Amino acid sequence: MSNWLTLRGRRHSFQFDRRLLIVVSLLIAANVIAMIVCVGLGSTFISPLAVIRSLIGIGDSSNSMIIFSLRMPRVVIAVMVGAALAVSGALLQGIVRNPLSSPDVIGITGGASLGTIIFILYFSHLSIRYMPISSIAGAFAAAFLVYLFAYRRGITPLRLVLIGIGMATALTAFSYMLILTASFTPTAVAVKAFTFMTGSIYGVSWERDVFTLWPWMVVLLPIALIYARHLNVQELGDEVATSVGSSVHIKRTVLLLISVALAGAAVAIGGAINFIGLMAPHIARKLVGPAYGGVIPVSALIGSLVLLLSDLIARIAFIPLDIPAGVFTAAIGAPFFIYLLYRHRKS
Amino acid sequence: MSVLQAANLTLSYGKKPIFSNLDLQIPEGKISVFIGSNGCGKSTLLRSLARLLKPQEGSILLDGNEIAKLSGKEVARRLAILPQGPIAPEGLTVHQLVKQGRYPYQSFLQQWSQEDERWVKKALEVTHMDELANRSVDSLSGGQRQRAWIAMTLAQNTPTILLDEPTTFLDMTHQIEILDLLYDLNEKENRTIVMVLHDINLACRYAHHIVAVKDGGIYALGKPENIVNEQFIRDVFDMECQVATDPIFGTPLCIPYGKGRRLI
Repeated sequence: MSNWLTLRGRRHSFQFDRRLLIVVSLLIAANVIAMIVCVGLGSTFISPLAVIRSLIGIGDSSNSMIIFSLRMPRVVIAVMVGAALAVSGALLQGIVRNPLSSPDVIGITGGASLGTIIFILYFSHLSIRYMPISSIAGAFAAAFLVYLFAYRRGITPLRLVLIGIGMATALTAFSYMLILTASFTPTAVAVKAFTFMTGSIYGVSWERDVFTLWPWMVVLLPIALIYARHLNVQELGDEVATSVGSSVHIKRTVLLLISVALAGAAVAIGGAINFIGLMAPHIARKLVGPAYGGVIPVSALIGSLVLLLSDLIARIAFIPLDIPAGVFTAAIGAPFFIYLLYRHRKS
Repeated sequence: MSVLQAANLTLSYGKKPIFSNLDLQIPEGKISVFIGSNGCGKSTLLRSLARLLKPQEGSILLDGNEIAKLSGKEVARRLAILPQGPIAPEGLTVHQLVKQGRYPYQSFLQQWSQEDERWVKKALEVTHMDELANRSVDSLSGGQRQRAWIAMTLAQNTPTILLDEPTTFLDMTHQIEILDLLYDLNEKENRTIVMVLHDINLACRYAHHIVAVKDGGIYALGKPENIVNEQFIRDVFDMECQVATDPIFGTPLCIPYGKGRRLI
C-alpha cells in the first residue's frame, strides 16, 4: 500500500500515513509563517525579512527588542495555549466518545477559570508559578463534580455533556460573582479578572508566563501522543477494547487526567479561551481521519494556528485597542458549535 | 492450543440471578453455537466467557488458568471476542480497524512489526477485504462491515474466537457468507469458534456442538443431530414444530407449525 510509510528498526516499528506527514508538514509551515507575520505586525511594522534577520541574530537592535521582549512571548504563548486546548479537546472527545464535548463545553475550563480567579483575588501575593496549580485544581474539581453528577451506574456521554453545560454556566456565573462582590478588589485587579474570563494573552512575558507554562506542555503533550494507541482501541467501544487486551478503566483515567491538566494549564495563562478545544479536533479528523496518532498532533497544530490568527486579529484590527483573543475564537467557534449540533441532531 | 471452560459460574444482572453454579467446557478445535430464546442469557454467557462480564462466583478457565488473574493482553493473544453490533468511528478505514487487532502484541515503540503486517495482510485476504482496505468502514454494506470486524479479530491471531450474533441484521446471502467464512477458519486453521446464533437451522448446519440455554442453565448440549428434535424445540423455544432432515446437508431442519398458506 503506497499511502503508508513503514519505519522499522531493531527495537521500534511504526507505520505512518503519508497524508498525515504531508498535513503535518504543511501545518508546521503555516504555523511558522503565522508566527513571523504575528511578530511583524503591530503598531510598529517589521517586515518578515527583518523578523527573520532578527531571529537569526543579525537584525537591527530596536526591531530585535520589540520582537524578543514584546511580541515573541505572546506568539509562543499562543502556540502553547492553542495546542494545549486543542489536544485537551481531542482527548476528551475520544474519552467520552462524543464529538460535542470539549473542556469548555463540559465545564472543565469553567473550573480552571474559577481556580485562577480565586488565585488572582486571594493569593496574588504568591508566585505566579503556583497559578497553574490553582487552575488545574479548579479544572479537576469541576471534572470531578461533573462526573459525580453525571454518574448513574456508568456515564452516558449525553448526560455528561448536559451536566457539563450546566456546570460550565454555573462556574462562570460564580467566577463573575466573586469578581464583583469581593469588596476589596481594586479596579485594576477586577479588570484583569474580567479580561481573563474572556480569554486573552495580552501582555504576557517570558519570565512570568512562558516559563510557567512550558514545563506542563513538555510533559503532557508527549504523554498524550504515547496514549494515542489506547484511545484508538477505546474508540471501538469498551468491549472491543477489552477484547484486544486494553485495561480500559486505567487508560481512560490517565487520559482524562492529561486532558484536564492540559486545559487547566492553558487556562491559567491564556484565560477562558473558548471553542478551540471543540473545533480543532474536528478539523483534524477531516484532514487526517479519526486515528489518534494523527488527530493529536494535527489538532495541536491547528489549535496553535487558530489562536495565533485570532490573537493577531484581536491585536491589530482595532489599534490602539487590544481586544481579548477569546472574542475571536468565540466568533468562529460559536457558529461552528451550532453547525455541529445541527449535524449531530439525529444521533 | 487453548481450552476454555466455565467452572461453578454464577452470574447476575443487579439482583436478578441469570446463571448459578454452571459448568461448561468448550470443545477445542470445533464450532460451538449457543442457542436459546430471546433473553435466556446466551449472550451473557458468551460475554462472561470472554471476561466482558465479571462473574459473582466461580471462574472462567483458559488453559486451566483463571482468566481474571491473567493480564488483559495475555488473554487477548489467546481469545478474541467480537461483540454484537460494534461501531467504528466515522472515517476509520478498514486497514486502520484491522490494525487495532494487533494491540495485544504492540507497545509504544513497536507499533507495526513485520508480524503485525503479516497478520493484518492475512486477515484482510481471508475475509476478502484486501480490495476494500482503504475504504472507510462506515461506507461499507452490512456484510462487508461485519467481515471487516471479523478481520480485526482474526488479526488478533487467537486460537479461540467468540462472536456474539455475527449474522444479526444481515440478509440471507451475507449470513451464509459470514458463516462459510467462520466454517473455513475452523476447517483450515483449526480455530475454536464459539458463537451465538438465532437461526436454529443454520446452527444445526454449521455447529459441531450446540449448547442450548434455558432458565438460567444449560438444557442440553451435544451434536445437533443427537439432541435437536421436536421435544427439544418445544422445551427450548416454546414452539411446536416438525424436525425434518435438511435435503442438502442432512442436518436437522426445524419447520415450525403455526399458520401459513397451505398448498399440500
